[in-house]
Amino acid sequence: MGYPHRSHPKETPVLSKHFGDAQARTLEGWKQRGGYRALEQALGMTPADVVNVVKESGLRGRGGAGFPTGLKWSFMKPGDGKPHYLCVNADESEPGTFKDREIMRWTPHALIEGAAICAHAIGAETTYIYIRGEFTEPLRIMEAAVKEAYAAGILGANAMGKGPRIDVFVHRGAGAYICGEETALMNSIEGKRGNPRIKPPFPAAAGVFGQPTTINNVETLCAVPHILVNGAAWYKSLSLSSPKSTGTKLFSACGTIARPGNYEVTLGFPFKDFLYDLCGGPLPGRRLKAVIPGGSSVPIQTMEEAESTLMDYEGFVAKGTMLGSGGVIVFDDSVCMVRMIARLARFYAHESCAQCTQCREGTAWTTRILERIERGQGTMQDLDVLLELSENMTGKTICVLSDSCAAPIVSGIAKFKSEFEAHITGKKCPVSAAAA
Amino acid sequence: MSAHGTDAAEAYKPVFAGAVSGELDALLARYPTKMAALLPALWLVQRERGWVSPEAMVEVAERLGLTPAYVKGVVSFYTMYHTHPVGRHFIQVCTTSPCGACGAEKVVEAMLKHTGCGDLGATSPDGRFTVIEVECLGACGFATPVMVNDDFVESVTPDKVPQLLTQYK
Repeated sequence: MGYPHRSHPKETPVLSKHFGDAQARTLEGWKQRGGYRALEQALGMTPADVVNVVKESGLRGRGGAGFPTGLKWSFMKPGDGKPHYLCVNADESEPGTFKDREIMRWTPHALIEGAAICAHAIGAETTYIYIRGEFTEPLRIMEAAVKEAYAAGILGANAMGKGPRIDVFVHRGAGAYICGEETALMNSIEGKRGNPRIKPPFPAAAGVFGQPTTINNVETLCAVPHILVNGAAWYKSLSLSSPKSTGTKLFSACGTIARPGNYEVTLGFPFKDFLYDLCGGPLPGRRLKAVIPGGSSVPIQTMEEAESTLMDYEGFVAKGTMLGSGGVIVFDDSVCMVRMIARLARFYAHESCAQCTQCREGTAWTTRILERIERGQGTMQDLDVLLELSENMTGKTICVLSDSCAAPIVSGIAKFKSEFEAHITGKKCPVSAAAA
Repeated sequence: MSAHGTDAAEAYKPVFAGAVSGELDALLARYPTKMAALLPALWLVQRERGWVSPEAMVEVAERLGLTPAYVKGVVSFYTMYHTHPVGRHFIQVCTTSPCGACGAEKVVEAMLKHTGCGDLGATSPDGRFTVIEVECLGACGFATPVMVNDDFVESVTPDKVPQLLTQYK
């Protein structure tokens, strides 16, 4: 539902059904709403059967990459004699994205249940939920829920009285966007600087503590209990366009839009209806100008492109961008695109772990050049330099932070070039000049 | 501390004594390596002392079998550990693009004015506040989110700032 707004009739609330309902936070309240039935069911199945149900459902990762979840789980080989780990990525830091925060605030037991089912399926005795350090409220709520689950025997040495050991620990981050990258997150759990690792080896071969590890996003795991209870066929039937995109997805809407918040829709939903019906369209007297639909790391869309997009993994790619994390950032005609892109570049420059030259230097220099243009001190050659730098920042580094910085720069110059040129020829920001 | 420590260092009182030491032991049981308890240990230090001093880094290193240089390297990687003392109330205002489009800079201005801090990163003369800009707090639909110590405040606007600050003495 459209928390903090009332649910919109066009939404399909599955994960967000209990947002805003504080009773759902407690173990008792969660059980009254059907909680932990799926875990009980899963613990009565073989790990391979659980993996197969998730595979059949078509569920794909909700953190950004969209990798098939069941396939990822199948890379783990229970009984290989090694300790297995599950890492839950709750380091939600992608600008524009705030869905996992809401899941953890309102339905902490949904995450514990999904994680425990995954732990059983991949043979992991230990699960770490890595929550970004700034999420103080979700941290408190998750800690309390884990404690309740232990006290009730749901977690621990004999999970739900069914035999396996399932330990879940909450691990607090300490301020670093890059720790949302899966191998950086594992380094961070190990007590290291959050530098991404070169892959291969992939986490299923050598993840946290060098052992076989699965890492999933919060939202991905929360879909799993619903899949087990309602069946893979039900989940697969939730698809409005591409059969490769199944289920519901939470989209966070923010920026200059009438009703920011989280909205849950079936994949394939028309983006135009999302922006104008669910989110209420522009603020009074304004016109929407641009959208970054999948968190700040994906290419910017013009409204023309956005309004013809279908909201699934394939639909966003068909319109030149990506679904990413589902963080929809909307800009209206009062917003200076150069300023917004410069501020995003500054974000990436601040968050670069600095181990790759292209990223360390590229994010810093693009920020300086963009800020110079925004102040009215840029030249036309600066645009060429930005594009050249962006090319050197794409596909050349250990992780994709550098590529993410380049995406809004390249798409911004391509689609809003007149705004860049107006800053350069007019020697000032036309938007702030008009406001002054 | 070693025999070469300064007077101030000689007076250093360990963080990991009594109940806090027990908390660290409980954390160590969660991980297969001692090093993995580093971030949680540093959180305990900051909770107890308000910041992570060089002496505390030495103490953490000794407890976890690491070198002080290693601990400093990790501390400096993460933005939330304070490596110098800050005001009693540490204020972080999100100014990344989504909040920036919704007026976050005006919130920063109001914070700097009403706290008396004047500049970002500076502590007010009465030691009460320090204000910084922070990168995306992950609550973009509630622009502008602000953290005051561990309190997460949503939808802050410049006019709400004076009232908000009265809660922090």
